[in-house]
Amino acid sequence: MFAYVVRRLFIGVILLIVMSLVTFMLFFLMPQDPARVACGKNCSIAQIKQTEKALGYDKPALTQWVDFLQGVVVGREYPEDKTLREKAPELISDCAAPCLGYSRVNQVTVASEIKEAFPVSLSLAVLAFLMWIIGGVLFGVIAAVTKGTVIDRGIVALSLVFYAFPTFFIGLFLLKFIAIKWGLVDVPSYTTIAEGGIGGWLSNLFLPSLTLALFFMAGYVRMTRAFVLESMTEDYIRTARAKGLKRGPVLFKHTMRAALTPLVTMAGLDFAGLMGGAIITESVFNFNGLGKLVVDANVSYDLPTLIGLVVLLGAFVIVANIIVDVLYAVIDPRVRVA
Amino acid sequence: MSDQQLPMVGGMPGDDPTSRGGERLGAASQFVETERPHSAAQAHFDAEPILEVRDLRMYFPVRSAGIIRRTVGNVQAVDGVSFQVPKGGSLGLVGESGCGKSTTGRLITRLYEPTGGSIEFDGRDISKTSSRGLKPLRREIQMIFQDPYTSLNPRHTVGAIVGAPLLIHGILPKDKVLPRVQELLEIVGLNPEHYNRYPHEFSGGQRQRIGIARALTLQPKLLVADEPVSALDVSIQAQVINLLQEVQREFDIAFLFIAHDLAVVRHFCPEVAVMYLGKIVEIADRDSLYDRPNHPYTQALLSAVPDVRQAAVGGRRERIRLEGDVPSPINPPSGCRFRTRCSLAQEICARVEPPLLQIGKRHKVACHFAGELGHHPERPVTASLLGVDDTGTPDPGASPSIEVGNDPGYADTWFDLQRKTMAGA
Amino acid sequence: MSFLSVRDLRVHFPTIDGVVKATDGLSFDLERGKTLGIVGESGSGKSVSTSAILGLHRRTNAIVSGEILLDGVDLLKISDEDMRRRRGRDVAMIFQDPLSAMHPYYRVGNQIAEAYRVHHDVSKKAARARAIEMLDRVGIPQPDRRVDDYPHQFSGGMRQRAMIAMALINNPSLLIADEPTTALDVTVQAQILDLLQDLQRDFDAAVMIITHDLGVVAEMAHDVLVMYGGRCVEYGSTKEILTHPEMPYTWGLLSSIPEVGADPEAKLLPIPGNPPSLLNPPSGCHFHPRCTHRDKVPGDLCWTVSPELTPGTRGDGHLKRCHLANPDVVYEREVLPEIAPDLVEER
Repeated sequence: MFAYVVRRLFIGVILLIVMSLVTFMLFFLMPQDPARVACGKNCSIAQIKQTEKALGYDKPALTQWVDFLQGVVVGREYPEDKTLREKAPELISDCAAPCLGYSRVNQVTVASEIKEAFPVSLSLAVLAFLMWIIGGVLFGVIAAVTKGTVIDRGIVALSLVFYAFPTFFIGLFLLKFIAIKWGLVDVPSYTTIAEGGIGGWLSNLFLPSLTLALFFMAGYVRMTRAFVLESMTEDYIRTARAKGLKRGPVLFKHTMRAALTPLVTMAGLDFAGLMGGAIITESVFNFNGLGKLVVDANVSYDLPTLIGLVVLLGAFVIVANIIVDVLYAVIDPRVRVA
Repeated sequence: MSDQQLPMVGGMPGDDPTSRGGERLGAASQFVETERPHSAAQAHFDAEPILEVRDLRMYFPVRSAGIIRRTVGNVQAVDGVSFQVPKGGSLGLVGESGCGKSTTGRLITRLYEPTGGSIEFDGRDISKTSSRGLKPLRREIQMIFQDPYTSLNPRHTVGAIVGAPLLIHGILPKDKVLPRVQELLEIVGLNPEHYNRYPHEFSGGQRQRIGIARALTLQPKLLVADEPVSALDVSIQAQVINLLQEVQREFDIAFLFIAHDLAVVRHFCPEVAVMYLGKIVEIADRDSLYDRPNHPYTQALLSAVPDVRQAAVGGRRERIRLEGDVPSPINPPSGCRFRTRCSLAQEICARVEPPLLQIGKRHKVACHFAGELGHHPERPVTASLLGVDDTGTPDPGASPSIEVGNDPGYADTWFDLQRKTMAGA
Repeated sequence: MSFLSVRDLRVHFPTIDGVVKATDGLSFDLERGKTLGIVGESGSGKSVSTSAILGLHRRTNAIVSGEILLDGVDLLKISDEDMRRRRGRDVAMIFQDPLSAMHPYYRVGNQIAEAYRVHHDVSKKAARARAIEMLDRVGIPQPDRRVDDYPHQFSGGMRQRAMIAMALINNPSLLIADEPTTALDVTVQAQILDLLQDLQRDFDAAVMIITHDLGVVAEMAHDVLVMYGGRCVEYGSTKEILTHPEMPYTWGLLSSIPEVGADPEAKLLPIPGNPPSLLNPPSGCHFHPRCTHRDKVPGDLCWTVSPELTPGTRGDGHLKRCHLANPDVVYEREVLPEIAPDLVEER
């Protein structure tokens, strides 16, 4: 098992390196000159040249990629160019160990941008994840055991509704009615636990998490229902019933364990994807999370931030994949490697 | 097959006998072709071999679980198998699951590339042919699969399935394909007008007929049938077996018939090979193998088959019990692979692998103590031939008296078990 | 009164297209220590009938009627909870494919012990000890070690042995074996059949064995019931049915399988056509569209009138469902010479 995890991690790191290379190359294929964007609108040609040197854009793309990797491992210093550093030593800014680049647009390192935005996205992801897993599995199982009845049809129809409406619609709808019109909760704005305590943190996160959760829950209800129904037709469920087991153990011990296995994969990957930011939800509620960072970086053509975010999101997904595979082996003895 | 899902069961639309109205006397007319009774197939021993397999081996690597995955062993799925199939004849391959019979079939259709040995088809060795070179070969060697439910693409019509090989190989122009497909459907006893239906509209037996029609499309010289009837209902099995016999007779196709059902193989094949853990333990013409089996495994296998007639007239045939399970093909037992479950096993069996020794005109057996049931010799018959003593240790005084090779065919002289000398016809 | 007495059992599944009569009026008796073989093809209703005895059909999709008297108690009249308590304790079942019939995620020993703990108020440890004892009884080597294996670590034969251990752990008085050896190799099948006979003697259980293989029936069963299209078409002692069958479908079954020990001159006579649809069964005798002897019956009786289950020509509790007036003569003169020429001379 240990060897398996190590092997997977090793492959994961290689995958990440390859992914960062591809991202680099893709961004440099774009027609715009990154130095010109970074410098600003009213730059002279000389200033652009200087920016280019300062950020290292004058080097070949491959060298820049190597510099980037080096920065991630040991950190790096800006400006890139030696002569510039000698000329103005007071402008040297240090980018410590996991250096993902320097955003000229925002005048900060990418790592510090992420550090600020990540807790927002993580809080949102965790809370939404809990809501949709609990709700999705619960309603999915209820629908499965009441298959064909009004309850089942109601749950399926409702989940279809939530699945069909776009997230921004549901988000705005909740914001407008629950927070603004009826005043049931305050208009949410992100508060850390340190600032508002757990209560404040939770109440501000509630609406955005619910918005996210409703969308995912709809899918999970339908999947849980399908998996449970499929699992009920398995031969070993018939065996369990033939033993004389009560309904409860047949459903919870035998049916659910088999039915929920495929959900683990989906849940792991969905969660990892969400940690990289919920673009629409964060924009609707004006939360400064990773999703909003992506949008802003896109608008201002902030290349270092974009590359840093893509690599980070890739790392999340790769790690989540490994965790899911390990979980699988825990759940299903057949997958365990000798 | 379970009939739990009964609500789904239904005949094919239009196949319901009651809906045929005035045609009721001819309700079974579409099966007329195969209703003719057939007795067991006859031998083609004099014919030239179309397929000659020599020392065929297939090892699948087993990898370690460590951080760096090394190959730590091999699953010896097929290990040194030799046989011949005569033109228009048929050889049966029987054995229990894991004995390598299906792998052998896939090697011959070159779905796998063999680890070693040669496969001579129609005079040329195809064991190493590149995948491009295999295309013409696919015309001549076709396969019929076990499961008629999963081996037909559910999204293609029957006409597309049966006609595809003609288009792929560019044999007929597009407009000539349909008549040929209809002709083929008629040959296998299906309604030629049903070419535009989908596989799910047919019953299991009819699907297997579609599979046979598909295999016949290119007029192959050799058909590898891997358990062609074992997924079918009892009453349908006979229909398909008879159809295969008819097809064989009519088109002069050679068959490699792979099955676990000894009775079906006996009916279909004039010659039968029994496999155990990747090796042929006994190969002979039908009568020798079924009436006078000489290998203890063949004897056990035959005695294990429940027999309606024996039991019906009271009294059951004495059964030879085989204890335990088949050993792992990753680490097969030394010497004779059957020795761990064999009641005759002695020291020599662990030390020396028994050669496939010819003991009759068309009868070879791989056992140190070969003999008919109840007449197994006390001392190993092979010892003197191999130049070892009775315990299997090399005997410096004795030299191997005959060449015991692994030839696919039969020699004109053989070792007479009774007289312990070479004999001839 | 027999130990198990089934009377006019019907299992109907209402569907959008109409009612599927999977079992349509089945009656038989079975004593303790005896074995009944139920023979039929897929869709003949044999598995559906036995699931009804175990009460496995859900009320929402199946209508079960008739009488199933086990030791005098009608299993169709008792409450669901009462039926559940009898399942696995009084009536146990073995299934066709032991790999899919065991839960892949739980250890073999736990699954067997679970069957014991449902019906006995004992500690986990005691149940485990009992599971090891049963594994030993069914011939699994090193049971105290194998008890902690998962099903996929067992071979096919061992899995079926473990299933038998699971079924017999509560000492049931009725054991239903649904195609117990179909998924197994012949030598393993022989081992399992021996084991079943051996255990039946020890446990004095009534056994129902469902199969499509007449060979298995011939070796195992005292009585045989042949099913076709949801109905019993022939019923009697095994010896009687196999030596003097009087229903053309049974003839077809006998003539369509090659036999290892048969005369090489014997011919393979398939039953033409396909098994009937249970949704839209043929009129009259369900078998008439595939029957090659229907012309011997005067008029269009076979097409219009469903034959009753009537005593055979030789008596002895032999029942058959056929309009033929002299099935014994037809069998001797026409069928036997084709399928077993060697037997004709012996008679």
